[in-house]
Amino acid sequence: MTNQIKTDFDKVIKYLKPPKENINLRKKSLNKFINLGFPQKKEEDWKFFDLNQIISSNIKDLKFFDKELFDKKNKILIPKNALPFKLFEHNKIIIANGAVHTIDFRYEDLKKINITNTAKNQSSNTNHSLAYLNSAFTTNYLKIIIKKNYSLNKPVILYNFTNEKITSTNINQRLDIVLEDNSRLNLINLFTDYSSDNFININHEFKVGKDSILKNYKIDDKENSNIKYFYNNIDLDQNSLVENFILSSGSKFIKNEINCNLQAKYASAFVSGIINLDGAKQHEIKTNINHLAENTKSYQLIKSVLNENSKGIFQGKIFVDSIAQKTNGYQLSKALLLNENAEFDGKPELEIYADDVKCSHGSTSGSLDENSIFYLMSRGLNHKEAKKLLINGFLLDVVEKITDLEIKKLIKEIIGVSE
Amino acid sequence: MREKELEKLKEYKYGFSTDIESIKAPKGLNEEVIKFISNIKNEPKWLLDWRLKAYERLKILKEPDWQKPKYPKIDYQNLYYYSAPKSFKEKPKNLDDLDPKLLETYKKLGIPLQEQKRLNNIAVDAVFDSVSVATTFKEKLTEKGIIFCSISEAIQKHPDLVKRYLGSVIPITDHYFATLNSAVFTDGSFVYIPEGVRCPMELSTYFRINASDTGQFERTLIIADKGSYVSYLEGCTAPMRDENQLHAANVELIALDDAEIKYSTVQNWYPGDKDGKGGIYNFVTKRGLCKGKNSKISWTQVETGSAITWKYPSCILKGDNSSGEFYSIAITNNHQKADTGTKMIHLGKNTKSKIISKGISAGFADNTYRGLVDISRNANNSRNYTQCDSLLIGNKCGAHTVPYIKNKNLFSNIEHEATTSKISDDQLFYCNQRGLNQEEAVSLIVNGFCKEVLQQLPMEFAVEAQKLVGISLEGSVG
Repeated sequence: MTNQIKTDFDKVIKYLKPPKENINLRKKSLNKFINLGFPQKKEEDWKFFDLNQIISSNIKDLKFFDKELFDKKNKILIPKNALPFKLFEHNKIIIANGAVHTIDFRYEDLKKINITNTAKNQSSNTNHSLAYLNSAFTTNYLKIIIKKNYSLNKPVILYNFTNEKITSTNINQRLDIVLEDNSRLNLINLFTDYSSDNFININHEFKVGKDSILKNYKIDDKENSNIKYFYNNIDLDQNSLVENFILSSGSKFIKNEINCNLQAKYASAFVSGIINLDGAKQHEIKTNINHLAENTKSYQLIKSVLNENSKGIFQGKIFVDSIAQKTNGYQLSKALLLNENAEFDGKPELEIYADDVKCSHGSTSGSLDENSIFYLMSRGLNHKEAKKLLINGFLLDVVEKITDLEIKKLIKEIIGVSE
Repeated sequence: MREKELEKLKEYKYGFSTDIESIKAPKGLNEEVIKFISNIKNEPKWLLDWRLKAYERLKILKEPDWQKPKYPKIDYQNLYYYSAPKSFKEKPKNLDDLDPKLLETYKKLGIPLQEQKRLNNIAVDAVFDSVSVATTFKEKLTEKGIIFCSISEAIQKHPDLVKRYLGSVIPITDHYFATLNSAVFTDGSFVYIPEGVRCPMELSTYFRINASDTGQFERTLIIADKGSYVSYLEGCTAPMRDENQLHAANVELIALDDAEIKYSTVQNWYPGDKDGKGGIYNFVTKRGLCKGKNSKISWTQVETGSAITWKYPSCILKGDNSSGEFYSIAITNNHQKADTGTKMIHLGKNTKSKIISKGISAGFADNTYRGLVDISRNANNSRNYTQCDSLLIGNKCGAHTVPYIKNKNLFSNIEHEATTSKISDDQLFYCNQRGLNQEEAVSLIVNGFCKEVLQQLPMEFAVEAQKLVGISLEGSVG
């Protein structure tokens, strides 16, 4: 792999032509990645999701360079029939095969939004190997700043497309969003993959200012054989609020990692997620909620429905610093196993250093309740309908946590649940 | 001077040491020392080979470092691996031959070894440093066919049983400390309950570390044959010393068809002084195998002592319909650290397990629950219920919960819940108002918090444990 990655890196630099000081940063990141390699089972955070093994057994030869990406004439076709168009008006950012294709904020006051799109990327705050891989190879460094006291009129949808023409097997994407004080943003990440056997490595970092609200939704629904690692770092300032929702069901392998730092008082973070799998899919949601100041609050709800040979994983951690008194932390994970070959692994973790806190977590896993099925069947439903209704109710619980009505409707339609 | 000593003893009343001459193996860990131990205990060749095999394995193993409590590196070459009172060169035939100093020690500890004190119906095996001192109530147990003796004696008298079961639950290829124990274990208890026998009394072992610079490596093996029942208690203390001492024991339980083993521990090794100086490193491996159908193993532990406690009493539920239970109270104060929990490995069908863990942290202490529940593909209709509650007293301490949950079976259910909180001001106020002072109130509330676990202890132990809970938290409030 080492030779391949080095020659590909030189090609990327040749075509991308980043500024000189940036080449150094990228080189440093590359070397760090080569040293560390892909994360393995031996590392505690990757215990249930051995990325190194997954990549070596699913991707025949790793290639990090795609020439077409730099060919300006080559237009990538974007399917216009995506679902949200029918439902509501929205701003668009289109990212195709990892490169920024369109940025369209037609509903907003552009003086209030500052968008930078450059090849000169910034190093990430995190120091795991995939973040280094990302900063070595990303083609675009996209940074969006929402100015003080501005609330976006319409939600922003970030379309992530990959097509079958792609020649590299690794895509890296980086986005930084800063919400200045008292601003507001609804962001939807929508994944539509036509490529196969790709490793997609996404790094989104958010800074949420005082009194600001960020709603961040991720929808991965389209059937594909890619491997995704989606890393989110969210820093929250005083009295800010973040709502996260993850729908994880389309790709073959996904690991979603959310890192929330509640850095000032009255900040709150909500994370809810659905893992809905069939086939031999393997998805993980990992959360790190760090309560670093007084009077902060967090709430997590993750539900998994596991069919066939799939495997669902939830690793959630609530960390409470010794100064973070009056913390309120809650976490619940529920998993439904629907096939004898399905598996659920969980690690709900609490690490607490302050005494005046209320923290709890719960985790259950098992199959559908036979009594409930019996009840429904005695009311005239057949077994299949009864099962469907119960799963519908099980998932609806999470969807109801979404506070934005338009997006709630969109997600309901995608999953196919109804009230 | 004397006053100072008295003051010190108030903190940990078992902190005295007995001035007794002892025979020690040469310092250090090497083949010679292992041969020395094996030789002095007059062991058969197979056991020596077994020990040496473990030692070979130990050379490749690395000390684990993933745990929460970190400790300075232990110099394994600077330890004595065998220490026995000199008067033990010839093993005394009965209690009258015992060194009076030893009897005095156990009297101070409140362990009734002498005949007249055997009022409460408990058979005791006392282990002093590396050797078993005395086993009481032998005749009565022999009548029923129960074997209760030190493991050294069992190796001589019942080699078949020992050979068959030793290492069958904790193999010599296990982790670092378990393998170390296999190589250098000195003594411990051996229990065999024959088919269909219900042990008429509680069996108990009392461990005492006395000599300095020694590690204590005892090995306990309990076998419950078909349809039998035994309740086993374990208690431990050590003198107050400024250096850290290592205690790495292995406990193996085997329950055959329809058998039940109840294993209770009140661990009160010396926890170190207020500034975290000294204390015992308690790195123990305890594992039970529910080998037969309908068998049951229940672990109850009250962990109040030791500078660092690092143990996970586990159940391997191999037989169909077998069940495992784990009840734990871990109290850490001052600079103590505890990383404890359990592993429930469900292999058989219809297996059940229950975990109740209560962690209390005060002062600068850290308390971690770490557990694994693993339901394998074939373990149909299995169930697990886990409850971990933590209580924090003060804002310099920490409480952590790290459960691992693995469910591979469609027909099985796992439930886990955990909470962390502090003693509420309302509760304290209520108690204060009724005339209790702050410390009494805390002790009362903590005892209530632990009640579910304390109830599982045999009566004699429950009283002691309840007091211990109060003492361990003394000085942590106000």
